[in-house]
Amino acid sequence: MRNLLSIDELDRDGLEEMLDLTEHFVEINRRNIPRVPALRGKTVVSLFYEDSTRTRLSFETAAKRLSADTMTFSVGTSSVKKGESLRDTVETITAFGIDAIVVRHQSAGVPLQITRWTDAAVINGGDGWHQHPTQALLDAYTIRDHLGSLHGRTIAIVGDIKHSRVARSDVSAFTALGARVILVAPPTLLPSSVTGWGVEVSHGLDRVLGSLDVCYLLRMQQERMSEALIPSLREYHRGYGLTMERAARLPAGAMILHPGPMNRGVEIQAEVTDLPNCFITEQVSNGVAVRMAVLFRLLGSGTQLDVLREEP
Amino acid sequence: MSQGSSRADSGTTVLRGGRIIDGSGERTGDVAISGGLVVAVGEGLSADRVVDCGGCVISPGLIDLHTHLREPGKEEAETVESGSRAAVLGGYTAVLAMPNTTPAIDSASVVRDVQELGRTALCDIEVAGAITVGRAGEQLAPMAEMAALGVRIFTDDGTGVQDDRLMRRALEYASGLGVTLAQHCEVTSLSEGTCMNEGEWSSRLGLPGQPAEAEELMVMRDIALARLTGARMHFLHLSTAGSVAMVAAAKASGMPLTCEAAPHHFTLTEAACASYDPVFKVHPPLRTQGDVDAVRAGLRDGSIDAIATDHAPHAAHEKERPFDQAPPGMLGLEYALALALTELDMELADVLARLSWQPARIAGISERHGGPVAPGRPANLCVFDPAAVWRIDGSGGASRSSNVPYVGRTVRGRVRHTVHDGELVVLDGAAQR
Amino acid sequence: MDPDDIGRAVKRMAHEIIERNHGVAGVHLVGLQTGGVAIAELIGDDIVDIEGSQLEVGSLDVAFYRDDIGIRPVMPEEVTNIPFDIDGQVVVLVDDVLFTGRTIRAALDALGDYGRPRSVQLAVMIDRGHRELPIRPDYVGKNLPTRRDEVVDVGVEGVFLGEMVK
Repeated sequence: MRNLLSIDELDRDGLEEMLDLTEHFVEINRRNIPRVPALRGKTVVSLFYEDSTRTRLSFETAAKRLSADTMTFSVGTSSVKKGESLRDTVETITAFGIDAIVVRHQSAGVPLQITRWTDAAVINGGDGWHQHPTQALLDAYTIRDHLGSLHGRTIAIVGDIKHSRVARSDVSAFTALGARVILVAPPTLLPSSVTGWGVEVSHGLDRVLGSLDVCYLLRMQQERMSEALIPSLREYHRGYGLTMERAARLPAGAMILHPGPMNRGVEIQAEVTDLPNCFITEQVSNGVAVRMAVLFRLLGSGTQLDVLREEP
Repeated sequence: MSQGSSRADSGTTVLRGGRIIDGSGERTGDVAISGGLVVAVGEGLSADRVVDCGGCVISPGLIDLHTHLREPGKEEAETVESGSRAAVLGGYTAVLAMPNTTPAIDSASVVRDVQELGRTALCDIEVAGAITVGRAGEQLAPMAEMAALGVRIFTDDGTGVQDDRLMRRALEYASGLGVTLAQHCEVTSLSEGTCMNEGEWSSRLGLPGQPAEAEELMVMRDIALARLTGARMHFLHLSTAGSVAMVAAAKASGMPLTCEAAPHHFTLTEAACASYDPVFKVHPPLRTQGDVDAVRAGLRDGSIDAIATDHAPHAAHEKERPFDQAPPGMLGLEYALALALTELDMELADVLARLSWQPARIAGISERHGGPVAPGRPANLCVFDPAAVWRIDGSGGASRSSNVPYVGRTVRGRVRHTVHDGELVVLDGAAQR
Repeated sequence: MDPDDIGRAVKRMAHEIIERNHGVAGVHLVGLQTGGVAIAELIGDDIVDIEGSQLEVGSLDVAFYRDDIGIRPVMPEEVTNIPFDIDGQVVVLVDDVLFTGRTIRAALDALGDYGRPRSVQLAVMIDRGHRELPIRPDYVGKNLPTRRDEVVDVGVEGVFLGEMVK
């Protein structure tokens, strides 16, 4: 495994292996000294064209806990010039002698494009509407941690599926792990085609609530109204928001998840986040362990070795 | 405009050993050229210079109705000269230069500038003028003053005329001048911000897509307006099954409409975008297999009159941007003939009709191009080996750019010689200047 | 060694651990993944039988501390479980085979990230020689001189010596 660009690259066994590996790092993160020397001497670069302090810090924490060195290139500072060709930026960074690039960009496909211009391992930290593999891994881990397995579970993903890289990655991961996935959204917020995704579709949250093991809420963005996709956030909340009343109708033991940051009052009512079956903070802490697992898998587990040398 | 016979070789050149295919049929024979004209066709002709055409087809030169020469304005991507070199290497003896340059070709002075650049080109450069000023879609451009310089086709290509009333007026005005309007059919309210075809692939790849209807709605509208005004119209780069069907039906009902398709729309599908390589980004976008099949069928049954390359050079750094930010367009001049021979299940004469004499007629240049290989006619010829197998590489050929979506493809059919106004501009596969 | 031999060696080492540490107060066993875990549990069971008091046995996977990460494929096996505080305690590392000593060096580094033991002792079922680091065992089931290219396989069913398959 050279890069992690899309969850589609991992089959069921590959996903289970990543989740198993994550458990090791969950244990390490509980220690007083949450650090191992495994990636000592390696350099991990964050190349963030889109602002995201949370995800970037999560990756950087993960790298540091593996004793790797980190470097940050973010478009917020002037270290990435707007208009500088993507290729030039990547080749410049690579020339510093680095081992991995974690890239986030508003355009789909950028992580795949940059693999052509660098030998470093490329990790997709989110590319446009396309994929966010580490988010899906931490979601799958959080679910597995509480429900034991995703196989046969019913998971609803609610919200703006069309523009969501989290949704696309989650669909891939959850279906590969054997879950029944229902996309819940008005027609304007669904992709034009879900052929081959292996999912069901519902245009109303109330219809599916009673059968769910997991209710996964996506962030509903203000901008969608200007694109004539929904009439108003209020109308969205009415049909698809997880209110306290709806949360009460979930089966006992059902999990409530959200990738963050939340739009309280839109896709989720503020009080719902205090419910015991809401695991949003756990998702965040699992995120560091998952990213440690990904970094170790790509840089430390030896799968990039050209030649297996014999035991001396 | 043509260069005239001043540069023709003095003395006679004979193209020997080829098989002639033109609009009047197929025959073997040598072709003697002198003073810029074909002077004799027959067996055993003598000459000062003999050019071997064994195993080759000799046809009228190919005509491209749709080439972007990028000059003035984007010379790093292509110039009139470099584009014409790519053209003759692809067997073309005339190309129609699209007006989406900077400044746009929307006035007599810019027409004259491009015609002047064309005088030293390796093939004839016909100039298309814009329908609206600056191609902005708001105000009619001075078509009469451009027509007076010989411009016969007008288009806002790169974009379509969005306003219905303006398009109607443009058609009425054009029919008074006896010129043809050509449309890039794309309704921007449905296509704005998109970068590929909307469907299974765009959904999976997370890229904004435009539906087939973004093209078909304008095709439908223009057929209706053409019927209303009685004007002649040409549809550029049709890419969907629906578009082909509508234009075919309208033609069958007797309307003076013509249309073209690009090689990439009968060779590639939207699945190619999975690599996120912007070399596959184009407007109209690569479509579904069903659309590709319909374009091939349309070329075969004659619903589609011409193959036009939509040769669209872009500098390398432009295509090294994220997919949704990169400019659309791909090269085509050096590959169209080979792709047509390889991908289309058609008789050779029919393929040549779509590449040569039919586009020549649409462009209004049949006096000098596309006509039968016969004594007295200007010597604008393409000599190619229909059996030569070769692999397309990523160098881009003679173009200044290299955005080629066919890299690594093995194709059949290669130009050996090209004759322009009696001059051997391509000899043994190499441009002579 | 057959299973009975193993049982006897385990019992002897259990006695030695108790003797050396004057009982088992403040003593914890930590088995190294994967071969040392079963051995640690056997020793732990015998100590409980002999002393009558409870004894905590943990397990440690040293994958992330190995010095050959990047040289050969390295993946952890089981999640480390050290459910007790090791500060000021005696930790007896338990492994099946002691060879170059590098695994033990990694285990010492790992323990350091859990706390500061009063002392660390080492119990191994087999010492096959060929040390590359200054590591020595405190308790040994059996000394078994080997060639470098031989393979030693230890399980509760017995100890087997074989040739490495090239």
